[in-house]
Amino acid sequence: MKTFNYHSAKDVKEASKLASSNSAFLAGGMTTIPSMKLGLASYKDIIDIKRIKKLSGIKVSGKTVTIGATTKHSEVASSKDVKKAIPSLAALAEGIGDPQVRNRGTIGGSIANNDPAADYPSACIALNATIHTNNRSIDAEKFFRGMFETCLKSTEVIESIEFSIPQKSSYQKLPNPASRYAIVGVYVAQHKTGINVGVTGAKSCVYNDKDLAGALTKNFSSSVIDSVKISSSGMNSDIHASSDYRANMVKAFAKKAVDAC
Amino acid sequence: MASLVGSRVERKEDKRFLTGKGRYTSDINIANQTYAIFIRSPHARAKIKKVDISKALKSSGVVDILTGEHIAQDKIGGLIAGWAIRSEDGSEMKCPANPPLAKDSVNFVGDPIAVVFAETLDEARAAAELVKVDYKVLKAVSNLGEAMNSETIHDGIDKNLCYDWLLGDRQKVKEAFEKADKIIKLDIVNNRLIPNAMEPRACVIDYNTASEEITCYTTSQNPHLSRLIMSAFGGVAPENKLRVVAPDVGGGFGSKINLYNEEIVCSWASKKIERPIKWVAERTESFLTDTHGRDHITHAELAVTNDGKFLGFKNETIANLGAYARVFGTVTPTYLFGPCATGVYIMPAAYSNVKAVYTNTAPVDAYRGAGRPEATYTIERLVDKAAMELGMDPIEIRMKNFPTEFPFKQTLVHQIDSGDYVAGLNKAKEMADYDGFAARKKESESKGKLRGIGVTSYFEACGIAPSPVVMMLGCGVGLWESAEVRFNPTGQVTVYTGSHSHGQSHQTTFAQIAADELGVPIENIDVVHGDTDKGTFGMGTYGSRSLTVGGIAIVNACKKIVNKGKKIAAKMLEASPDEVDFKNGEFVVAKSNKKKTIGEVAFASYLPGVRDEVKSPLPEGEEPGLIESSFFDPANFSFPAGSHICEVEIDPETGHVKLDKYTAVDDFGTIVNPLIVEGQVHGGLAQGIGQALYENAQYDDSGQLITASYMDYTMPRADDLPDFNLGFTCTKATTNPLGVKGCGEAGTIAATPTVMNAVINALDGKEISLPATAEKVWKACKEMKKSNAKAA
Ligand SMILES: Cc1cc2nc3c(=O)[nH]c(=O)nc-3n(C[C@H](O)[C@H](O)[C@H](O)COP(=O)(O)OP(=O)(O)OC[C@H]3O[C@@H](n4cnc5c(N)ncnc54)[C@H](O)[C@@H]3O)c2cc1C
Repeated sequence: MKTFNYHSAKDVKEASKLASSNSAFLAGGMTTIPSMKLGLASYKDIIDIKRIKKLSGIKVSGKTVTIGATTKHSEVASSKDVKKAIPSLAALAEGIGDPQVRNRGTIGGSIANNDPAADYPSACIALNATIHTNNRSIDAEKFFRGMFETCLKSTEVIESIEFSIPQKSSYQKLPNPASRYAIVGVYVAQHKTGINVGVTGAKSCVYNDKDLAGALTKNFSSSVIDSVKISSSGMNSDIHASSDYRANMVKAFAKKAVDAC
Repeated sequence: MASLVGSRVERKEDKRFLTGKGRYTSDINIANQTYAIFIRSPHARAKIKKVDISKALKSSGVVDILTGEHIAQDKIGGLIAGWAIRSEDGSEMKCPANPPLAKDSVNFVGDPIAVVFAETLDEARAAAELVKVDYKVLKAVSNLGEAMNSETIHDGIDKNLCYDWLLGDRQKVKEAFEKADKIIKLDIVNNRLIPNAMEPRACVIDYNTASEEITCYTTSQNPHLSRLIMSAFGGVAPENKLRVVAPDVGGGFGSKINLYNEEIVCSWASKKIERPIKWVAERTESFLTDTHGRDHITHAELAVTNDGKFLGFKNETIANLGAYARVFGTVTPTYLFGPCATGVYIMPAAYSNVKAVYTNTAPVDAYRGAGRPEATYTIERLVDKAAMELGMDPIEIRMKNFPTEFPFKQTLVHQIDSGDYVAGLNKAKEMADYDGFAARKKESESKGKLRGIGVTSYFEACGIAPSPVVMMLGCGVGLWESAEVRFNPTGQVTVYTGSHSHGQSHQTTFAQIAADELGVPIENIDVVHGDTDKGTFGMGTYGSRSLTVGGIAIVNACKKIVNKGKKIAAKMLEASPDEVDFKNGEFVVAKSNKKKTIGEVAFASYLPGVRDEVKSPLPEGEEPGLIESSFFDPANFSFPAGSHICEVEIDPETGHVKLDKYTAVDDFGTIVNPLIVEGQVHGGLAQGIGQALYENAQYDDSGQLITASYMDYTMPRADDLPDFNLGFTCTKATTNPLGVKGCGEAGTIAATPTVMNAVINALDGKEISLPATAEKVWKACKEMKKSNAKAA
């Protein structure tokens, strides 16, 4: 690991001020620290944001659940409020990695990192999330840009993520047997305004599968999914799963999600 | 005093390990130590044109940088293959030189080239980045199947072939096959595995400039053997100036049998730079450079009659040695593999032919089970296929071919002293509720799932010894074990053993057997191991040999103590030694109430004479003290055996295999501590199941290891495993006084074929390769559906 300057920011303003194109915020550190140790990344400044109280916590209003950026996966998984309002979101958090990762990793770090196999991005898409930063509010559909890419500026700090409470929803994932990230994860959510199918793991970036959503809008049942064609082109392929398998698993897990709704 | 052998004594080790008080190599720090970082080849195969250390030498904190040139100048020898194997044509095996730091060529990704010593780890890392190595990259040989037709890796080793070995009689097999009703054929790949001990390899070296003694703390399964090799072949220092200590070691599974380049280099360098050295492998280094396991391509055939009798067996295997031949590298795919490949069966004719080849991959060596899992996988898959093709029940076909009389002369090498395979399989069948399978299958089907059942019967040859036999088979050392038992004057006992515990719980098991022999409370017995300065000598722990060889040395040393004690007690009690009995820690004169405890006798032995109250004259000719040692060299290997049955449930939509039930019935002879044995079986099963469903080390065409982290190399986890249903049968070994057989590897040996037989059973016999990953199983389910639709 290369040496770096460590800062502990007392508030969001300070964190943002310290940030540059050669810095990283330290939330759970579950991505940043391993990549620094492996020599895949190095930064001049590491800006710890865990002491900023305002960034952590869970609030439920009538229609939305708002989760602070540095809220840990384990906190979301065990939150009575989340379990009541959006049980599928608590279940998603419970299925991330392993207990050690869940006890440190944060929702803000997860979506800022936008790993193509991460779980939370699919929830953002399916649950019409709004990502609140220190200077704007961004729709999830616009937030995720590509592989490990978001529309965040380097000095921009995610403060919270606001999810719409759906009528019903379920997240089902085929975990990578080694890492437990998603080989394919499908988040189906039915809102008054329509149905979303957030798919992660399958392609270079999370996406809303409009074909599946369209079919489910006509008939919300798992049998309708058989008739939807899902092409393997553009799907990821690696030693754990070929693109053909992934395409088929999007269907299989969409079915499971619909059945579990 | 009740016997401790057979009871569930809680582990003496637990307090230390569960409260974080274990002391591992990387916990050791020596004042003024330097930190080592190795510069390793990023290429699988290359010529080294130039190593430029000039810039790195000037980097901050650097103490020294040593390269292959320095090794060559100091004539430091490299690692060796410990077993000489001859080819079928009588020629000797071919082994390349393997200097501790490569000078001219590198042959796998991770091959060490140079080493930096610096004041801090960060400085060593920074300097390592400044070492410039100029390579001429060559085409890598990374595909085992093509290795014999690829470019030659090592000069003078044609076809990359180390040996082409044969065990058995081709002519007899030919005749047997001519008589067969049916020939069952099987092609399998035994997937390559990375042992993944929890503790990475490490060494800490302390050189004393005054005494010129080198102390090497290291993660080893056999410190004495490491010292021997480092001294005799490495030329690092004479044995009396070399102390090797393997303190607590966090798992080995075979990967820590070998002495490694890093230990040789750091031991040699510590003397050269006159500073202590610390080196701890990073996890990536462990993936790249620990010895790997398995990696065979096998074609096997079984000749059978229509009613399921076995007539003959052929085994044609290509085994991967990796880039270099290591200690057990050459014997693992031959004598540890070939003989066991005929399984637990009467097999009138058989041969095993193994071609061991070099590739540009990490060296392959013994990994838990070493050869026997590969053998058992081959025969047990073949037997299941035979049952399927003959329309027989998998249990019936096995029962039909079991030997029922012991000793049983196994086809290829072994004379098996004891066993009862029928009893084991019957017990497994009952415990697994084999007869209820059909109903459970129906139930799974009603949920849209597939269910399969798998059976394996195995025997294995472990407790690796005896010396005359292993030496005849090519071993470079004698595989006995030694022990020393010392009484203190005040009655506590220290047991020194040459075995090494890195998860086997010797501190408990060995204390139990010594407690029984000596009648001393177990609290008063300490077991010391892992230090060449303490205890006599040792051959270490591997091949499930600790109890059957090392444990018996302890028993024998205890018996010598009792013998001497008898003489001393007789003198003290004014009786003749024949009149004295030893029982429950007391020497008693027959038909009298005269007795002395063994503690009193120990005290007397250290205070020989008579003064006031003390009356402890020694018998004439007897030396003071109560210390005895023993070297045990058994008459034969030990032969545990058993039958395992498991059930899997498959989701055809995703290919996910759920391991639903697992029953293991093993015969380990006498069981000293059931708690520990069950733990050994659990761990072994997890590793065997890992091979069947998850683990798979993969190199790409350029020889890069693409599964070099836990993000890509799948380890089995607790939540992948069902509760294990364990049972035991017991036929005592006749080759040692306790009747014990090894138990460390059995789980690993049996689990892989048991799980795969179940998966393939669920797929109606459709072959799939190891490991049965979700995608492969899903594809097979799809094809099954198609062919079922066609049939209907
Ligand atoms: C072994 C392992 C298994 C895992 N398995 C899974 C899994 O199954 N599913 C899954 O979804 N994830 C998984 N993860 C990822 C993990 O859950 C974390 O969510 C992820 O590593 C990032 O979160 P973090 O809080 O650790 O972020 P950090 O590592 O601290 O930061 C990551 C990046 O996000 C940026 N960042 C952090 N917080 C903010 C903020 N508030 N505003 C702006 N930028 C910010 C940082 O600058 C940095 O670039 C796994 C990780 C590990 C190590």
